[in-house]
Amino acid sequence: MQVDQLYQEIILDHYKHPHGRGLREPYTAEAHHVNPTCGDEVTIRVDLEAGVLRDVSYDGMGCSISQASASVLHELLTGRDTDEISVVHAAFVELMSGRGQVTPDEELLGDAVAFAGVARYPARVKCALLPWMAFKDAAARAGVVVEANSGTERSEVKTA
Amino acid sequence: MTTIAIPSGMPQYEDVPRYDVQAVRADFPMLEREVNGHPMVYLDSANTSQKPRQVLDVLREHYERHNGNVARSVHTVGTEATEAYEGARAKVATFINAPSPDEVVFTKNSTEAINLVAYAFLSASVGGAASAGRGAPDERFRIGPGDEIVISEMEHHSNIVPWQLLCERTGATLRWFGITDGGRLDESNLEELVNERTKLVSLVHMSNILGTVNATARITERVRQVGALLLLDCSQSVPHLPVDVVDLDADFIAFTGHKMCGPTGIGVLWGRSELLAAMPPFLGGGSMIETVAMTGSTFAPPPARFEAGTPPIAEAVALGAAVDYLSGIGMRAIQWHEKELTAYALDALETVPGLRIFGPRVPVGRGGTISFAMEGVHPHDVGQILDAQGVEVRVGHHCARPVCVRFGVPATTRASFYLYTTTSEVDALVRGLEQVRKVFG
Ligand SMILES: Cc1ncc(COP(=O)(O)O)c(C=O)c1O
Repeated sequence: MQVDQLYQEIILDHYKHPHGRGLREPYTAEAHHVNPTCGDEVTIRVDLEAGVLRDVSYDGMGCSISQASASVLHELLTGRDTDEISVVHAAFVELMSGRGQVTPDEELLGDAVAFAGVARYPARVKCALLPWMAFKDAAARAGVVVEANSGTERSEVKTA
Repeated sequence: MTTIAIPSGMPQYEDVPRYDVQAVRADFPMLEREVNGHPMVYLDSANTSQKPRQVLDVLREHYERHNGNVARSVHTVGTEATEAYEGARAKVATFINAPSPDEVVFTKNSTEAINLVAYAFLSASVGGAASAGRGAPDERFRIGPGDEIVISEMEHHSNIVPWQLLCERTGATLRWFGITDGGRLDESNLEELVNERTKLVSLVHMSNILGTVNATARITERVRQVGALLLLDCSQSVPHLPVDVVDLDADFIAFTGHKMCGPTGIGVLWGRSELLAAMPPFLGGGSMIETVAMTGSTFAPPPARFEAGTPPIAEAVALGAAVDYLSGIGMRAIQWHEKELTAYALDALETVPGLRIFGPRVPVGRGGTISFAMEGVHPHDVGQILDAQGVEVRVGHHCARPVCVRFGVPATTRASFYLYTTTSEVDALVRGLEQVRKVFG
């Protein structure tokens, strides 16, 4: 079944057993995003200090794709500095906008490579991006701009 | 399926008109296609229906043989186009038992039909050149602080937002009927809700999310008592059951062509001729005028007054063909077919573990639109897995978000049937839901 590409084991696993779910203290800033077409919601809190993301916590309700995406985001970005975050963020956005034509960098994106299949379903791309856009917003409120075009620096990032 | 013995002397099951569903399906080219390698199981007719060849042929033939503009040409093809367009109006009038074709106003869709009435209120309330025949605005359409408009929690956004806008702009108050736990209209506070301050009650006839068909007699009676007007949003009822405007005793009804085997871009506002005549124009432009001078204009009588500009001619003609098609099969027969299917589907869905139905769970006072939730699985995921098996359902809030809020869910999955739907398609849905449980179990 073609839909297996969408619902990869990794995604279902993150959905059923989310990593780092739940809103935690302390945090620097918070953002709440809604997908108006389907009503999916996510709240993201970032705890940023001295350019390092000490924690990213989240809560939300929605489909497996949006909720798994938040779990993967937590796993990928926690503990990283802001430069690395920009690179990973940009790579994920690029993957999701690629209509299935982008080959993901597994070293950089870890479990997020499982979302490559989602990019083939235009109706679901927004679901996958929801937590990432909320994260970008929360980071901006904490005074950190997550650049969209840091793809060139990708090679400098070490995997977590 | 539940069958109840009917006492002799009463109408029996065999008395019900029936038709050959497979023969009907053969009329719909779309039903032959595949989706994701499976025969398509189209369970989204409440969203938009498929179109029979008879309608598509008329659409094509109109453009190939009779294309000209309406109401403004003396030449032959212009006359043919006008006759076809006005002929469609007459067919639609007969279909809903309207006393006169002039009570049928062609619009773009239901949404525009409802907005047309809302703007009549707005224009009459701001006064000036907007008033109907240029006399004083009709009191029935004047609205302001202290006046009330009543809708329900069950409405499509198309029958909520226009009234919210109208109330915001005029200072009137918007009020609404609630929904019972069983998915019926809560009429317990009818007397208080519809009162001397009420100017209009605008109510959905059949809910596009719960499937509930509202019995309107008590409400109509109360509306008449207090001297208000009644609009019924018949977007989901006109396509699926016999609707008779005389019998319904409403003041306006709205419906939309694409849900009843017709094309997109064409809808209908039916209104009592006396009311339409009292209403100020909606859009201004060609065809809606009586005479135009630089210093001001006067307006044509209805329905032309509300059909500014070149209308969707081919679409109207094709809607006429759709009405012919539906009448040929018979609305009673279609209604009964869907009733049986709904009974079958309600029973079948009850067998799916963890499935919760929103709305009436018996096939009485409801149509063939069933919303449900699968425990622990988001509707988006349900819809996606079903689509992978060729089963096309709608997921989301169905433009009726207040209903989702009422039942405490962000979204639902909805299967909706039509004259061409079969019990084996319901079986395919149930099989698909088993697959959903496998993936997310
Ligand atoms: C009950 C109801 N009202 C109004 C509408 C609006 O119809 P349209 O989008 O064709 O204007 C719909 C369909 O979406 C509906 O189901």
